[in-house]
Amino acid sequence: MRTRHRRLAGAVSILTSLLLVAACGAGGRSDDDGDGDGGSASDVGVTADSIKIGGTFPLTGVAAPGYSEIPTGAQAYFDWVNDNGGVYGRSIDFEVKDDGYDPTKTSSLTNELVLQDQVFATVGSLGTPTHSAVVDFLNDEEVPDLFVSSGSLQWGDDPEARPMTFGWQPDYEIEGKIIGQYVAEEMPDAKVGLFLQDDDFGEDAELGVRQYLDEQIVDVQRYTSGNTDIGPQIAGLQASKPDIVLAFTTPSYTALAQLVSLKLGFAPQWYVSNVGSDPALVGSLLEQFSEGAVPGDASALNGVMSSEYIPGIDAQDNAWVQLWQQVWDAHGAKGELTNYRIYGMSWAYTFVQALQAAGEDLTREGLVDALEEVGSSLEGPNLAPYRYSDDSHLGISGLQLVQLENGVGEPLTDVLVTDIGDAEIATDDSGQADDGPPDGGIPDVDAVD
Amino acid sequence: MQQLVNTLLGGLTLGMVYAAFALALVMIWRSTRIVNFAQAPMAMVTTFIALRIIEAGHSYWLGFAAALLAGLLLGALVERVLVRPVEGKAEINAVILTLGLFIVLHALASVVFGNRYRSFPAAFGIRGMEVGDMTIALTGFGIFTILAVLAVMGLLVLLFRFTDLGLRMRASAYNQEVARLLGVRVGHMLTLGWALASLVGSLAGLLIAGGSLVHPGYMDAVVVYGFVAAVLGGLDSPAGAVVGGLLLGVSLSLVSGYVGSELVALAALAILMVVLLLRPQGLFAQARERRV
Amino acid sequence: MTRLGRLLRSHLVVAALGVVMIVLVLSSVNDFRAVQLTQMAYLGIAAGGLTILTGLNGQISLGHGALMAIGAYTTALLLQDDEPALPLLVILVVATAVTLAVGALIGIAAARLHGPYLAGATLALAVAVPGIALYFGDALGGEQGLRVRVPDAPGWVLDAAYFVTGQDLTPSKYVAYLGWFTLVVAYVALANLSRSRVGRRWRAVRDDDVAAEVAGIGLGRARVSAFVVSAAAAGAAGFVMATSVRLAAPSGFSLTLSLTLLTAVVLGGLGSLTGALVGAALLTFLPGVVTDAGVGAGLDDIRAAELAPLVYGVVMVAVILLAPSGLVGSLRSVWLRHRTTVKGETP
Repeated sequence: MRTRHRRLAGAVSILTSLLLVAACGAGGRSDDDGDGDGGSASDVGVTADSIKIGGTFPLTGVAAPGYSEIPTGAQAYFDWVNDNGGVYGRSIDFEVKDDGYDPTKTSSLTNELVLQDQVFATVGSLGTPTHSAVVDFLNDEEVPDLFVSSGSLQWGDDPEARPMTFGWQPDYEIEGKIIGQYVAEEMPDAKVGLFLQDDDFGEDAELGVRQYLDEQIVDVQRYTSGNTDIGPQIAGLQASKPDIVLAFTTPSYTALAQLVSLKLGFAPQWYVSNVGSDPALVGSLLEQFSEGAVPGDASALNGVMSSEYIPGIDAQDNAWVQLWQQVWDAHGAKGELTNYRIYGMSWAYTFVQALQAAGEDLTREGLVDALEEVGSSLEGPNLAPYRYSDDSHLGISGLQLVQLENGVGEPLTDVLVTDIGDAEIATDDSGQADDGPPDGGIPDVDAVD
Repeated sequence: MQQLVNTLLGGLTLGMVYAAFALALVMIWRSTRIVNFAQAPMAMVTTFIALRIIEAGHSYWLGFAAALLAGLLLGALVERVLVRPVEGKAEINAVILTLGLFIVLHALASVVFGNRYRSFPAAFGIRGMEVGDMTIALTGFGIFTILAVLAVMGLLVLLFRFTDLGLRMRASAYNQEVARLLGVRVGHMLTLGWALASLVGSLAGLLIAGGSLVHPGYMDAVVVYGFVAAVLGGLDSPAGAVVGGLLLGVSLSLVSGYVGSELVALAALAILMVVLLLRPQGLFAQARERRV
Repeated sequence: MTRLGRLLRSHLVVAALGVVMIVLVLSSVNDFRAVQLTQMAYLGIAAGGLTILTGLNGQISLGHGALMAIGAYTTALLLQDDEPALPLLVILVVATAVTLAVGALIGIAAARLHGPYLAGATLALAVAVPGIALYFGDALGGEQGLRVRVPDAPGWVLDAAYFVTGQDLTPSKYVAYLGWFTLVVAYVALANLSRSRVGRRWRAVRDDDVAAEVAGIGLGRARVSAFVVSAAAAGAAGFVMATSVRLAAPSGFSLTLSLTLLTAVVLGGLGSLTGALVGAALLTFLPGVVTDAGVGAGLDDIRAAELAPLVYGVVMVAVILLAPSGLVGSLRSVWLRHRTTVKGETP
């Protein structure tokens, strides 16, 4: 027994001394190693003929209905671009990871994307609670973090703190401001209830809404994503008898809220945030719940108010929608073209524009600089211009309020634009809403230098 | 007023489901002294079987019946194949075994049925009843839930009190040695006990799924609530389980509506600890001391 | 005294060997593997604590995920600023101490429960604790959790690392070293405790509580102390997890985590620290292998990802039915039997 341990100890000391000798040969550590390789580090994921990018999305879990279709849309558009020669001869290789809307998983998957798969940039990663877990990591690693699929303010209100992160859709605060002002002007005597997801999604929206409706709000109820029993929350809303309820919910919870309201005989006017108001999806969820007791098609949300910032599937005459249909027919996966797929294609289009603007010598820094420089003038499916500049990385600057009728959004207002804080709300005069797609469906943006 | 009534009614309906689930736990505990932590995923699997059948275009009731039958078979199978070898061994083995089964069924359901959230239909309408100018949260499906659980309890009482089979099952649960000497085939009775309990659990799974979203984890919290309800009633008493389930359902609904939905599980834990530490024999049990 | 000294020395030798191994392995892997190895470290630390509780003392806990959450949230609260107020090692001690204190409270309640009651109560704990983070959303970050800012490694650590390995220390590797050195310290402490008089008391209570009581062992004290020790390990594991994942969020501490820890303990064999480490390694590296196999067999990614838990679960059930002493325990008994037959007599 004794001798064995002595032998072990001997082995350890030999090993250790060997290691020390080996290490001494390496000499001292030079402190300014980090600066030298800045240039080459920025080319991670880019080769002469490919660009590797990635993103995290909920393909499973409570947020998956609808949202899981977003990356399939983006993928179809990237395939379309790759088939037409890619960007500067490089094809786009898009790696999709499923985080199940679980921030802890997002964190480890993003590690994998950056450290293992060595992506050039993350694009379109979805969700407020999920992406806020990794936004600092991506900025620390200096990985461009583009077009987060969420309207939280974090994706662009402070470019100094997060220089690599860009939002894409209108943030929830300006959505809250625009619907808040509309309600304050059109229904000054209405009592207002809020039904919010209990995270930054709900919080940012409440910030915007309260700028105009602080006095009119009679009750605020919050739900926890994942807990599907929202009966007590809807009963609480009902008790304060609001005339209109502003819901900032994901599609599953829009459906659950409609269902529970039916159960309780609660029938206020509803406004449902753009991210939770897809009539086709909510309708199909409701249909299965109720075995046909509720109209299961797109008419399930008839009369509900919502907002739009890109043309959707209901606008079959729109040239953009026709392009998306073409792209989907050529490269789509299983299933029909949906609003979520259009959403994915739309930011994929913006990403291709950004790559073109960054020029042939693609670097991470170059991509960010290019977006800051030309981002606000990019023309795409967006109804209002982007806000990208040195001071803001927030996305689309406005939206249009609509009322849903058989799945079609009937406009209630013009396209209204504003910004966070106390910026005024104005009618958009940029003409963004009227432009059509380029021939061939591939943007043609000049490189900046 | 309306809010209170509706919150209470919601709690009552949910409490009925917890009661059924607790009843299933109690039945297994009485016969084999095992808490079946895999009860929830077993019910989840049978609910998915129903969903498959309904989605294939068959009627709701065919799916419903198939799920109950599947529950019966699954319970018997689990007892026969997995539980039999650990009966009478160290109790920690049975606990780990049922938890292992929990993980297996979860993963299996995700592989076979997918991990998406899906809506599950409800029979008899989901519109609340109108009383005067007030709508109360008692839907056709809610009434069905309450009646279904009551009917199952009634049938179980009839079985155990008034049939020869029930008598033999009770004898096996009470004292295996004596029952065996009296010619009862104890093994068969234990299998039957598990099968019936699993059927009741499947019913609870179907009822809680109706008009809501299902996914492989949708019953996970229910195993906790069912356990708390069963302990509230003393874990040994079927009637206690039912009362415990109702009390728990109503209390948790009040907590969710008036304090915060995120505290529901914490409230259940608090109730459980108070009962275990202050009145371990349950709220209604006979006076005898019991080791928890 | 001399026996204790010898014991300590033997564990320290193994530990020293371990440290050499860790340096060799971590300096030869890439950043991604280092992150995975950190995961193995925190699962290993928590499983080590749990195996002491379940294997040596016979108490089962499904709530160790919740205890890890307490360690992780304590860490996250102390690491909110760019320049943390306390050095990282002090934060590790604080996280461990806070979890230890909470563990003592839970242990006092748990000491009165046994078997399925204890399992049910700790199960409720695992499900309930995430709700606290949601309710106190302002302080604890709600659903999205608290981000953790891991400070840069101090200059002398960087210099030392370069001196020993000849490489620059990346942030991921810094955390990996932190995690593995924590594991070594924790395992030496746990191994010494389990061989000491305290450990013998834990075993006595597990094997026969009546006899133990007759022999003058305070049942309650033995049970609570075992719970406290394993809670402290869970707290340290929570610290490593928070610094590695850079986040403390309710979803990270789901029931799945608690069940995962129990799986690691059962796979490795109840009561064996080596087993706990083997279990942690399986949980960390098996999913990749199994998922790839599933994809190769034609499953889509999402379904293939569920194959790993399926394998654990099946192995867990099989272990209980066929080899209750776990993988490591079974191998050891096979080896012992082999040795006995070779020697022809028991030593």
